[in-house]
Amino acid sequence: MTVVDLGPVGLDHGGHLLLERAVAGLRPGQQLRIEGTDPGLGLHLRVWARQRGHRIEGDRTVVRGDLPERRWAGTQRAGSRDEPAGQAQPGWGLAARGALVESGGPPLLGVDLDQREMVWSELASKLYAQAAANQWDPATAVDWSPPDLPSEIETAVVQTMTYLIENEQAALMVPARFLGRIHPHYREIVAFLATQIADEARHVEVFTRRAALCGHSPGISGAGGRASLQSLLEEPDWASASFLLSVLGEGSFLSLLSFLEQYAPDPVTARISHLVLADEARHVAFALGHLGEHVTADAGQRDRLRAALERRHDTLAKTAGLSPAVHDSLILIAAGSWTPAAIQGGWDAVQALQADMDEGRRRRLVRLGFDENQAAELSALHTKNFM
Amino acid sequence: MTRPATLGAVAYDAKVVTIWEGFRRWLRQHDLEFDFVLYSHYERQVEDLVEGRIDVAWNSPLAWVRTRRMAPGAQPLVMRDTDCDLTSVVVVRADSTVTDLAGLANRKVAVGAVDSPQATLLPLALIGEVPVQVRRFEVGVGLHGDHIGGERDAARALAAGEVDAACMIDASHLLFATEGTLPAGTTRIVARTDPFDHCNMTVTGSPSPDLDRFASLLLEMDYADPRVRPLLDLEGLTRWVPGRTSGYKQLEAAVDRFGFYDRRGRVTADDYQP
Repeated sequence: MTVVDLGPVGLDHGGHLLLERAVAGLRPGQQLRIEGTDPGLGLHLRVWARQRGHRIEGDRTVVRGDLPERRWAGTQRAGSRDEPAGQAQPGWGLAARGALVESGGPPLLGVDLDQREMVWSELASKLYAQAAANQWDPATAVDWSPPDLPSEIETAVVQTMTYLIENEQAALMVPARFLGRIHPHYREIVAFLATQIADEARHVEVFTRRAALCGHSPGISGAGGRASLQSLLEEPDWASASFLLSVLGEGSFLSLLSFLEQYAPDPVTARISHLVLADEARHVAFALGHLGEHVTADAGQRDRLRAALERRHDTLAKTAGLSPAVHDSLILIAAGSWTPAAIQGGWDAVQALQADMDEGRRRRLVRLGFDENQAAELSALHTKNFM
Repeated sequence: MTRPATLGAVAYDAKVVTIWEGFRRWLRQHDLEFDFVLYSHYERQVEDLVEGRIDVAWNSPLAWVRTRRMAPGAQPLVMRDTDCDLTSVVVVRADSTVTDLAGLANRKVAVGAVDSPQATLLPLALIGEVPVQVRRFEVGVGLHGDHIGGERDAARALAAGEVDAACMIDASHLLFATEGTLPAGTTRIVARTDPFDHCNMTVTGSPSPDLDRFASLLLEMDYADPRVRPLLDLEGLTRWVPGRTSGYKQLEAAVDRFGFYDRRGRVTADDYQP
């Protein structure tokens, strides 16, 4: 008979580990003799055995039961550690990928994005690692010394920041709405989106701080801009939302942030535009990556993306698009002063910005497999509000 | 409409709802018309069982004793494997000079609620004629000790030095040690009861075919079945076993000794108000 000696260690002091280890080496029905000097051992041994389905014979002999075998009957692995499954099962719950999952737990509800082809991107791990390595602290990454700008230029900056804030709020809420719907089996995707959401929270913060830096209240929030953003929030399909928000919207913002960095009238605006641009470029890369894989696997996906864009365009057809206050602020920022020549230069710069946005959108649409003509046509349907 | 086989259970914890809703679902899946009623204490449950308002009662050992006095033909259909051969202990602090029950004479002994078999009636019967000052911790009166709060408060009083000894069931002694209420090595067991049985599924006479089927289905429940395993875990058993009457003699004697119920099952304990 196997004997295990607990020495002075009681079952109220970790001794159960020694018992469990010894019992694990036995088959059901085999016996284990327990030695030990703890005064409570005899009492506690009975409790331990009872709760674990073993039997006690005499005073100190455990007859192994078959509870572990029965508990682990019907277990399955939550897919493979290294290879995400084609279909993640609700019964895997929140278990680590590849974990041995005891049957009988509650199914994970509300995770309808549970197929590899719906969510997976080979790029996610790499982009998540980049995101984790490149998180920046607004408190130290930016010198927040207030600039001394002419009042109207400062007002234009504040108006632009006001516009950026609401756009970044939308860019936070859209992935946040989908995050909880993605099966955690696809953890790289969930992790990347979590960084994207954290990025957007930081963007909202820095634009808010810049808007208030010289003591101004925020500017105007146009109804047309909000209608455009609302249509993003209402898109129920993740691929379509990702297409509209990240490929087209954040893609356009890459041009806008580049423009702001170039024409910023103060170092704070230039710096935060630079920092945000790097984050947004990552979001665009992720969306292009996962949608690119989707359209390759399913040609019909391209038609669905097109339909989503056309639907949004129709919804927004009667709205004003970009607020004139924002448009004119961008001109003034690029102009830098009120001389007619400077204003004309600012106008040209904003025209060039819009052309650059269009060119970028078309390039990304081509990457998703649309031909040049389709890309031009679809780019023109994108919201006038940029995001 | 014919009444389905109806079980009474005492709602000593919110999990009782989960447990019996789960069991009801499983039993119905096995073609047994079954329902349950929850009670706030055991006395009404026993009275309703005897009056025929329910068909089977998930009874505490004390409720079993009372049922048997009110309905002598009562039988335990099934019980949990983990309810067989339990013991209660009387413990003192490790540094106490008390080494046996006699040493407790004229000292303070903490027990659970007035109606707790394991933390009050059985250990006080074990202490027997030794004159002690009993300090009761009345948590969940009417739940027959299912609520562990009184036992835990008694243990805390021991740890705090307010009493000289405390009474509890064996599993609680291990639990209180592992959770830190009575840290390992700080107490010493001075007496232990003989083994006794705990809850059983009581019927008042020969079981109907439905109740026979109910008992058979419970006995068939397999811990390997993921539909019932979480419920068995919640209910604290690994399998149902046939009921037996042999494990209640100590409690019968304690009930008589302290006049908790009379021979016909009437509540005679003065200070018991469930």
